[in-house]
Amino acid sequence: MFGKKRVAVVGAGLTLFRRNMKETGREMCWEASKMALDAAGLTLKDIQCVAYGSAPDAFDGIHMKGENMTDASGAWRKPFSRVYVGGGTGVFTADAGWWHVASGLFDTCLVVAEEKMSSCYPHPAYAFTTIFDPIMDRPHGTTLIWIFSLEMHRYMHVHGIKKEQIALVSVKNKRNALDHPCAQLGAKITVEDVLNSEIMCWPVQRLDISPTSDGAAAIVLASEDVAKKLTDNPVWIDGVGWCIDSTYWTNRDLYYPDYVECAARMAYKMAGIKNPPKEIDVAEPYDPFDYKELHHMEGLLLCKKGEAPKLTEEGVTQRDGDLPINPSGGLLGVGNPIAAAGLMKVCEIFWQLRGEAGKRQVPGDPRTGLAQAWGDLMQYGSVIVMRR
Amino acid sequence: MREVAIVGIGCTGFKPITPDISYKELMFEAATRAYQDAGNINPRKDIDAFVSCAEDYWEGHSIFDEFVPDQIGAALRHLFTVTSDGMIGLATAYMLIKTGEFNTVVVEAHSKVSDITTFTDIVNFGLDPIFNRPLGAHPHYMAGLEMTRFLHETGNTREQCAQVVVKNRKNALLNPYAAHGANITIEDVLQSEPYFHPLNRRDVSPNADGGIVMVLASEDAAKKLTDKPVWIRGIGWNSDTSWPESREWGRAIYTELAADMTYKTAGIRNPQKEIDFAEIDDSFSYKELQHLEALKLCRQGEAGKLTKEGETEIDGDTPVNASGGLLGMGYAIEASGLHRVFETVLQLRGEAGKHQICNAKTGVAQIWRGIPTATGAVTILSTEVE
Repeated sequence: MFGKKRVAVVGAGLTLFRRNMKETGREMCWEASKMALDAAGLTLKDIQCVAYGSAPDAFDGIHMKGENMTDASGAWRKPFSRVYVGGGTGVFTADAGWWHVASGLFDTCLVVAEEKMSSCYPHPAYAFTTIFDPIMDRPHGTTLIWIFSLEMHRYMHVHGIKKEQIALVSVKNKRNALDHPCAQLGAKITVEDVLNSEIMCWPVQRLDISPTSDGAAAIVLASEDVAKKLTDNPVWIDGVGWCIDSTYWTNRDLYYPDYVECAARMAYKMAGIKNPPKEIDVAEPYDPFDYKELHHMEGLLLCKKGEAPKLTEEGVTQRDGDLPINPSGGLLGVGNPIAAAGLMKVCEIFWQLRGEAGKRQVPGDPRTGLAQAWGDLMQYGSVIVMRR
Repeated sequence: MREVAIVGIGCTGFKPITPDISYKELMFEAATRAYQDAGNINPRKDIDAFVSCAEDYWEGHSIFDEFVPDQIGAALRHLFTVTSDGMIGLATAYMLIKTGEFNTVVVEAHSKVSDITTFTDIVNFGLDPIFNRPLGAHPHYMAGLEMTRFLHETGNTREQCAQVVVKNRKNALLNPYAAHGANITIEDVLQSEPYFHPLNRRDVSPNADGGIVMVLASEDAAKKLTDKPVWIRGIGWNSDTSWPESREWGRAIYTELAADMTYKTAGIRNPQKEIDFAEIDDSFSYKELQHLEALKLCRQGEAGKLTKEGETEIDGDTPVNASGGLLGMGYAIEASGLHRVFETVLQLRGEAGKHQICNAKTGVAQIWRGIPTATGAVTILSTEVE
């Protein structure tokens, strides 16, 4: 009975990503869950357990927020657990769903990720001031953008990368998002627009950053036997990986995300992937800032260190390029309701591998895809490898 | 079948306040003890995954999982956080090993609840912000309402609830890890300050700080690491509705369903006969009785009688909370469930000292996540694999 079981994604659902959604967090959870269930041809009665993901409780101001969301995520009188790895939560929630089924304990699992950021006043970014060490960091009044500007600077310095190269990511992803029906910030912009946008904390500018958003995403997982009865084209979760680096981010060299590499190696090993750039057909690395897409491509071993900007310039990462990166539009284009944004990437890979991505479909009949998210104090990597 | 065993346990002990030590130091101490206990393993090399259990608001940090890795040896390793009780963390570790991809997994839970200066307000933040929080009441009123309904439905009595407090605090005197051991009488409980009727102050488990770490291993790995493995024969967890308005107030449905799942996996048909002792949630005195009935360790309405007759004492037929439970050891927020498991393991290994139960072969541990949740977990631990 127990033992390693293959786990399939059999349905996905996604709400609009917007600032100031009228729907409550609970309503968004259920909307995404219902879409995923309908896509899988299942009802809540068929779901045996629920894995839920959401980032800081401070956005909603609800202690034990997972408990507040149980019913809305379809977990009434079912085993429910919430996993939590900061910004890495979205992709990691899918990893959590995987072990619920792969363990043999459950045949079906509903995976839900939700974020309602805009209820945080005066601005959701304020909630992030409480993620820092209360003695060492918080007294500086540190904000998230400060530490990312340090990281971006270091990455640019070590490899001699120009702002113009990094801006191309924002241009690409916002344009890709024009084809996404849920997207918040799809747009046709130029490199000049990015370089002329408001300076937040040098070298980070307004258009280098993803927005704050509300939204939810959900997927339905099933064991091999159940999946084969439900659908002719399941998408298999063949590798999961996660890794956390030290809390003391000031003691690390920020130019390279070792933790992403560690998470990726775990997932590649499980999936039997030896040559990632060759074997991965489409990838959705985490892009809350434009430089992070490049940083993560390198961490995911999709290219050599410092090579990602060049690939971007050459068009390799475009939808019709050799290695399409963030065909959804990513966080920069679709939006960034933290945990939901990570699971949105898993949804996108599901749709891409099934050939159901519509206008966003990458050519060439992709068979293997990857999604990745990143979080905490520039510290966490979560990865999922999926195959048709 | 790929069996899962607990091969190492570490606990700091529990205290009402710990001003001399940080939460990181608590976690470090518990982890060091657990790794030593598991055959002196090296967490940097020998552990495949780490699970920590914490909630942001208890910790006063957003994204608390950031602050976990270094002190338990998990930097640049495969660590994550479950925002739940340690027993659900244990279930997570169990599932990871069952996948076949992991051989050794660590679970961590801790309480530094004494650092919280506004404990009641934090609990209140767990209530629905639109429907319940604006009432502005102390959230423990929900326990008073629930107790009233439970006593009404089952016929258990107020005095029998007080007997639970007397028993557990007395047991705690025998336990060096416990924070709140005391020799008190039923009168002391009934005459303590009125709380939320019918609760009195001493019906409520006092808070405590402490840390616990456990090492779990697959069957093959367990045999290499220890000669005294304790097997997880079944584990279950469940959530009833998050709406207090539509819950069953007399029954602990979350525990009934979690127990069903656990007993099914463990192959337990007759819990009363097959389970030798229990370490269960008694965060409020009546909860021990309610949970005993939900676990089918007695018939509905019988738990109070059994308690009165001494059946749940250390030398009774079914010892319950020989450790002192939460009333005697202290309510340790997310560490409370792992703490029940820790005490169960001690009993099964025969290492419980003065509160050791005779012939402890199979035990059940159970936890409730506390107000305002309807979430709980149950696990069956045994010295035997089958």
